[in-house]
Amino acid sequence: MSETIINVEDLSKKYLIGHRTQRERYVALRDVIARETRNFTRKAIDLARGRQVVQGDEVEEFWALQNVSFEVKRGEILGIIGHNGAGKSTLLKVLSRITPPTSGRVVLGGRVASLLEVGTGFHRELTGRENIFLNGAILGMTQREIRKKFDEIVAFAQVEKFVDTPVKQFSSGMYMRLAFAVAAHLEPEILIVDEVLAVGDAEFQKKCLGKMDEVSRRDGRTVLLVSHNLAAVASLTHRAIVLDSGRVIADGPTQDGISAYISKGGNAASYLRAPDRQTSAPHISRVEVVTSDGNAIHQFGEPLEIKLWIKHERPMEKACLSFQIVNQFQQCAAAAWAYYPDVKFGNQKGETRMVCRFPSLRLNVGQFHLRVNLTEPPQGEIYERLDGLCSFEVIRTDKTIFWGWNAEDCAYHEEWEWSEAPVSGTIVHEKAV
Amino acid sequence: MVDIEPSKSGARSVRRGPLKTLPMREPIIIEPQPRDRQYWLDIWQYRELFRILSWRDLSVRYKQTVIGASWALIRPLLTMVVFTIIFGRLARLPSDGSTPYALMVFAGMLPWSFFSTGLADAANSLIVDTNLISKVYFPRLIVPTATIVVAFADFLIGFCILIALMVWYRFLPNWQISLLPVFMVAAFFATMGPALWISALNVQYRDFRYIIPFIVQFGLYVSPVGFTSSVIPGYWRLLYGLNPMAGIIDGFRWCILGGESRLYLPGLAVSASVIVFFLWLGFRQFRKMENSFADLI
Repeated sequence: MSETIINVEDLSKKYLIGHRTQRERYVALRDVIARETRNFTRKAIDLARGRQVVQGDEVEEFWALQNVSFEVKRGEILGIIGHNGAGKSTLLKVLSRITPPTSGRVVLGGRVASLLEVGTGFHRELTGRENIFLNGAILGMTQREIRKKFDEIVAFAQVEKFVDTPVKQFSSGMYMRLAFAVAAHLEPEILIVDEVLAVGDAEFQKKCLGKMDEVSRRDGRTVLLVSHNLAAVASLTHRAIVLDSGRVIADGPTQDGISAYISKGGNAASYLRAPDRQTSAPHISRVEVVTSDGNAIHQFGEPLEIKLWIKHERPMEKACLSFQIVNQFQQCAAAAWAYYPDVKFGNQKGETRMVCRFPSLRLNVGQFHLRVNLTEPPQGEIYERLDGLCSFEVIRTDKTIFWGWNAEDCAYHEEWEWSEAPVSGTIVHEKAV
Repeated sequence: MVDIEPSKSGARSVRRGPLKTLPMREPIIIEPQPRDRQYWLDIWQYRELFRILSWRDLSVRYKQTVIGASWALIRPLLTMVVFTIIFGRLARLPSDGSTPYALMVFAGMLPWSFFSTGLADAANSLIVDTNLISKVYFPRLIVPTATIVVAFADFLIGFCILIALMVWYRFLPNWQISLLPVFMVAAFFATMGPALWISALNVQYRDFRYIIPFIVQFGLYVSPVGFTSSVIPGYWRLLYGLNPMAGIIDGFRWCILGGESRLYLPGLAVSASVIVFFLWLGFRQFRKMENSFADLI
């Protein structure tokens, strides 16, 4: 069990990104010509030297990964967590050989299959059957392997009736299930998975998580898992590395990693969807926690407000919004929801803001974060599921106790009253019939 | 390697295909500059993907069209008719010996349409498969090569038309027809070289996307497709060989039309060396850039 299967040494990756400088308020043709000429000259020189052509006026170096080193043992499931832009995806891309590192070195002791997206290479015109073979081959399975597992894949995806239908006629749920089913039946020695668990309905997600767990446990396969779903990371992995701005800031037991991750992102108590992840499906564009004090500090017992912005290009008919407040031990301490048909919202297209107010939040002290779900009614499509958002800290100064308030004691403080009741007589034990 | 459960895992790895063929303990090393040995090994290991991608392109090609694969028949036939009328009837250019003009045009059009569709499809192939390239690893060489194989399918259909035409004109080929595969291979390499070069550059500089249709259109008139290259004055013919397709089309005509078409050997030699040069250039460019395709695309 102690054999090293992945060894990452001092890995760095640099990107060149272009900016457009601020435009002047009054555009003079002379300036435009001068600037465009400069741009063109630069591009021409880049082309002549065989360098990357960067759009924009200014070129900046951007280190997506910096001196990343770690080791993974055979049979281990390693979680990789980090905020948007921390370098998770770049790391996975380098490990799956999609993009080369700028410096450093990786030694992989086995066949790698990477799942940066489910259904890569699916062709809409081809049937389910044909796509299983195509996708399988793309993910590195041989035809013999696929043929052997074909029935299993179809059964797992629950699309038996539609194997010979072009996938363009599939519902999005069926499409996703089929795509994941192929991936779930890969048998590489190293499996690299990125955020693919965020798709499909809840039940299917559970099935996929189970399958992944089984794969590593039964066959001793190594799995690298990137996810925003902290609960999944916590339940599947024992060890996690945390990336921040391209560096490893924590490497150890998953519990510690999650704490490091949450404390890193939480100073604003707000979440803003990264602009590069825009979709046309309904999604949560912004989340804000309004705490009693600034800096994401909340006084025990004070009112707390949670604001959620939802963007939807079309009216949502039966939307369900819910969130949970999760403590640093990944336990849900509180939950609130706005489910159809009790609460109806988002009937107009555009952006909807929902505010949830707790008149008196009695959570115990400690670090908390939000887990937010935007779905159709139960069993329906999951639009968005976000975890590890808007971390905030609850403190308690209204009372002091001599041993100090402790996050580990409990998740919630109910109000209580003690009284001493007089005890009269002796307790009779021989009452049993 | 120490197996935890020797009986179970041992039996598994013997049964499984890829793990058996792959020298299992050979580690994969990822470095800024990949190693040659691993590169060639990978191409061999991914041969099945090559087959599947070619098959995909083939089966998708005429999906959602009304007349399906008949397009592969109609396009070359119409072009042949137009060329025969323009060059043969209106311009009254001579044919090769006594062969029917239509047959001569078609023998030249076979390799030309293989080259042009192969080049045009391959040049855009990497961009069409952007999704694949940015999400999965496989030797990138597979993608443009697979599209050229699809062009080969059209070529085979065209060849059937040629046979039908020969029956129609009661034209019997000579022994030279047995050398046709040699020129077929040459046509493949002639397509492969520029295709690799342009497909790689196209990833980074999309300008090439607009250049390709122009090259193809221009090339049709520069190459001896609608006319025989014997109409070119003798002292220009060596220079004309610089167009690699000139050599190949001449070769095709020589094979198919038999003794009626003469082979101009010095021109052929020039064409051959141009083909080799482009193959080298294309391959070098592709290898230099393929590593960073995912970043550039």
